Amino acid sequence: MPTKGKVKGIIANLVIVEADGPVAQNEICMIGMDGTELMAEVIKIQNNRAFVQVFESTRGLKVGTEVDFTGSMLEVTLGPGILSRNYDGLQNDLDRLEGVFLKKGERNFPLDENAEWKYKPLALKGEEVVAGSWLGEVTENWMPHKIMVPFKFSGTYTIKWMAPSGDYKINEVIAILADSKGNEHKVTMVQKWPVKLPVKAYRNKVRPFRIMETGIRVIDTLNPMTEGGTGFIPGPFGCGKTVLQHALSRQAEADMVVIAACGERANEVVEIFTEFPELIDARTGRKLIERTTIIANTSSMPVAAREASVYTAMTIAEYYRSMGLKILLLADSTSRWAQALREMSNRMEELPGPDAFPMDLPAIISNYYSRAGYVILNNGNSGSITFIGTVSPAGGNLKEPVTESTKKTARCFYALSQQRSDSKRYPAIDPIDSYSKYLEYDEVKEYISANISPDWVDDVIKTRDVLLKGREAQEQINILGDDGVPVDYHVRFWKSEVVDFIVLQQDGFDVVDRLTPIARQKFMLDKILGVIDTEMKFESFDQVASWFKKLINLFKQMNYSSFKSDEFNNYLKEIDQMLTEISGR
Amino acid sequence: MKENIAFQKIYTKLTRITKATCSVKAADIGYEELALVNGRLSQVVKIIEDDVTLQIFSGTEGLPTNAEVIFLGKAPALKVSDDLAGRFLNAYGEPVDGGPALSGKELEIGGPAVNPVRREQPSFLIATGIAGIDLNNTLVTGQKIPFFADPDQPFNQVMATVALRAQADKIILGGMGLSNDDYLYYRNTFENAGALERIVAFINTTEDPPVERLLVPDMALAAAEYFAVEKKEKILVLLTDMTLFADALSIVSNRMDQIPSKDNMPGSLYSDLAKIYEKAVQFPDGGSITIIAVTTLSGGDITHAIPDNTGYITEGQLFLRRDADIGKVIVDPFRSLSRLKQLVIGKQTREDHGQVMNSSIRLYADAANARTKHENGFDLSEYDNRALGFAKEYSQKLLAIDVNIDVTTMLDTGWELFAKYFSPAEIGIKDEFVKKYWPQGSNN
Ligand SMILES: Nc1ncnc2c1ncn2[C@@H]1O[C@H](COP(=O)(O)OP(=O)(O)OP(=O)(O)O)[C@@H](O)[C@H]1O
Ligand SMILES: [Mg+2]
Repeated sequence: MPTKGKVKGIIANLVIVEADGPVAQNEICMIGMDGTELMAEVIKIQNNRAFVQVFESTRGLKVGTEVDFTGSMLEVTLGPGILSRNYDGLQNDLDRLEGVFLKKGERNFPLDENAEWKYKPLALKGEEVVAGSWLGEVTENWMPHKIMVPFKFSGTYTIKWMAPSGDYKINEVIAILADSKGNEHKVTMVQKWPVKLPVKAYRNKVRPFRIMETGIRVIDTLNPMTEGGTGFIPGPFGCGKTVLQHALSRQAEADMVVIAACGERANEVVEIFTEFPELIDARTGRKLIERTTIIANTSSMPVAAREASVYTAMTIAEYYRSMGLKILLLADSTSRWAQALREMSNRMEELPGPDAFPMDLPAIISNYYSRAGYVILNNGNSGSITFIGTVSPAGGNLKEPVTESTKKTARCFYALSQQRSDSKRYPAIDPIDSYSKYLEYDEVKEYISANISPDWVDDVIKTRDVLLKGREAQEQINILGDDGVPVDYHVRFWKSEVVDFIVLQQDGFDVVDRLTPIARQKFMLDKILGVIDTEMKFESFDQVASWFKKLINLFKQMNYSSFKSDEFNNYLKEIDQMLTEISGR
Repeated sequence: MKENIAFQKIYTKLTRITKATCSVKAADIGYEELALVNGRLSQVVKIIEDDVTLQIFSGTEGLPTNAEVIFLGKAPALKVSDDLAGRFLNAYGEPVDGGPALSGKELEIGGPAVNPVRREQPSFLIATGIAGIDLNNTLVTGQKIPFFADPDQPFNQVMATVALRAQADKIILGGMGLSNDDYLYYRNTFENAGALERIVAFINTTEDPPVERLLVPDMALAAAEYFAVEKKEKILVLLTDMTLFADALSIVSNRMDQIPSKDNMPGSLYSDLAKIYEKAVQFPDGGSITIIAVTTLSGGDITHAIPDNTGYITEGQLFLRRDADIGKVIVDPFRSLSRLKQLVIGKQTREDHGQVMNSSIRLYADAANARTKHENGFDLSEYDNRALGFAKEYSQKLLAIDVNIDVTTMLDTGWELFAKYFSPAEIGIKDEFVKKYWPQGSNN
């Protein structure tokens, strides 16, 4: 007998339900209203009262309304056809919802039940399999999509029957498995998984070792991200978090990108909707939309579903990771999710932690980040989820609970600086405060040494040092005045400006400049370190500034030109000439 | 609010009264339903069993425990029809202009969000003639953007100018805590411009109860949605002053014993404001809602919870500042930002727009540094002096809010100033553009 209940109290989207039977934490219940049903999740239980957060507006809801408990937690539906789709936080297909406005209680099945997929078996009858084992394969867009033993299956199964190659719909049986007791289980191409639980259908998780190229110089060169790594981007409003994430979603070297637009602007998602079907992924020649899934729960959509949206996105990423794919998962902004938790916790009158956030916020954040990672699957293949979230600290002050909790768990810190953004030095990642812990990993260093160059890590450290020295020199100049310091201080400052303008700054709106492959990054860094190492003789600080401005301008023109084109080489020649003149004097 | 109230149950026992709310025992009440408490409009904000808490918009002063409570069985709504055009209304959507009562169908205010996939990417430039906006912070239809301003700055004047030049089909004014003088200023300005028939105004003045303000943005946006969705019109919504709106939110939440978060604001401030601003939209069939708001600052502090949350929601912000050098108010190029500008810059405007904009701001920043240097008692270099000269003229010819020219003229003016004060290498613009636009007859 499924548990039933009645509404006893309503405070915005927190509803108190009196239940007539057992209720589980995080169980989903449906509240009947005006011929539709409002979906809600149990977030606290006290005696026979369940406190539920409703994923929709409760306007018009009355005490006494009937409630049906479903017996399951919030689940997503997994199967071929998730790629290229636009879902809301609860995995409703937004394109198939009727009308201009979102209607209360409207839901739909997230996959196409009528589409036929060309299926080919990968496993053989008689083989032993476990949750996550690959049974067969269909082609989704252009990617091999593995049909797996459902994650909910526990223990070892034997394949009793395999469907032959052919066209199948997602709900058709493609295999029959027998468990250890001999009971038979039918498997289709669809399975469900509760979003709040991590998918663990893999052998083990290893430390990330391989660089994930993004084409963004300040990341790849100075603060590299790894496949299976984690990072976060905190920054005051307007400093470029979303622009940076969009650049990552377009350029990062991943098989699939899952974007969770969590409590931010609808227009920013619309930008993706508009551009991704047009833009080409340089690596595969395919449309970007073909490798992208968007979970849009923007700021005016129901607040409780914001929390669901990040979990929905993570579960979808885990599903594809189990197929041996490289997934990039982006969430903008994790602070909105934390705020949704705060709103609820306040309504339940829980004892508040710092800034009125729930006490267990750090644990919630770290559990979430820990679902990313590089895994070795049971069949020896590997897959990864790289997760990068943005954080929107109140007042731009990084000493606040969401930033601090995230900093403890994420390995890359891309701090956006108000000052850099004010002076339009984009992307505004602060080169001195930011870091990538992966540069300290031996396995990453080995990878870099073998794949970029053995000197690379030292060169990067040297480049950072140039920036630091430049900043110190600038402070001295500001205190003592242009002619109160030796000319050498100006040279040091301007050398750091070369790094700033040519490596750090990148024009995200220029077709050439916005994506720099690692080989080009290496070429440019070598060139710039050549400038750094050049002994220069200047008579006055005035001369330093104008010489460097000219140099920077040439380098910038290089950044705007195609790699090793005639144009590019001509600028290079001019630069070499300038360097010869200044050192030879 | 005079409604047909026959056959409705009347409750007369208030169990609790605070400054903004009262509680009554009642059954079969819908959440967010309206009620009249001794004739004062109120709304259900909390129900626990039969204990219903009502927020009374006009306050609870003088309210007795035996006040008559009548539930209206519906959420707040606005009567919409084409007759709305030209009307001045209060926060409840009742005429204050002496005209007839509104007619038409009732539209619930504060309705659901637009499905993101039904939106169109904003892409129509709004020309205001003000270079501080059009050149550096270009606005587009469907955008939401506030002025961050100190209370003494002329934001109402700038908003009225922008509204009249914007070529909107309707201008909807939501006034919250507007002083009577400012209210009359808007009215006269629109009247003198012959624009009254394009205006719909919802006005809560400083003389009205503060909690009533909470209805104003939703009323204004319901009217906007009517014209934008059903009539496919281009609507410009002006909301002034959103800080006073947020203050009213905090009054209510504090009265309801909610745990305040930063600056005594409710923890839901972000969502509350987002629900309003996200009504800005461009529809594929041409209808659009653009929101220009005002958020007054106290002492210029943008880290206060109200401007801070606003900045996280809106698509940029515009700062006004008095430039002592030229004695005029300018649109501050450093702190102002229109985030949607890249959708039109160089696409609906000339190709060099982006680079001219960025370079002139960078050079203006060089001038600011030079000024600091000078103030600290250091000698200025020859370059510093040129930068200062440039900044003054740039401010005068482009940043001042009394400028009224088209974008191409703004760009030409930019190049003229570059050539007058700098060499091509100093402006750092793509060679291609320098070759094409550097004024003839100047150095290089
Ligand atoms: N790399 C860049 N190149 C050029 N302009 C940029 C860049 N990054 C940011 N900007 C400018 O800054 C604006 C704001 O950037 P963005 O929307 O990414 O900020 P945000 O940090 O996500 O802000 P919020 O927290 O309010 O969402 C952009 O609209 C753009 O004008
Ligand atoms: Mg953003």
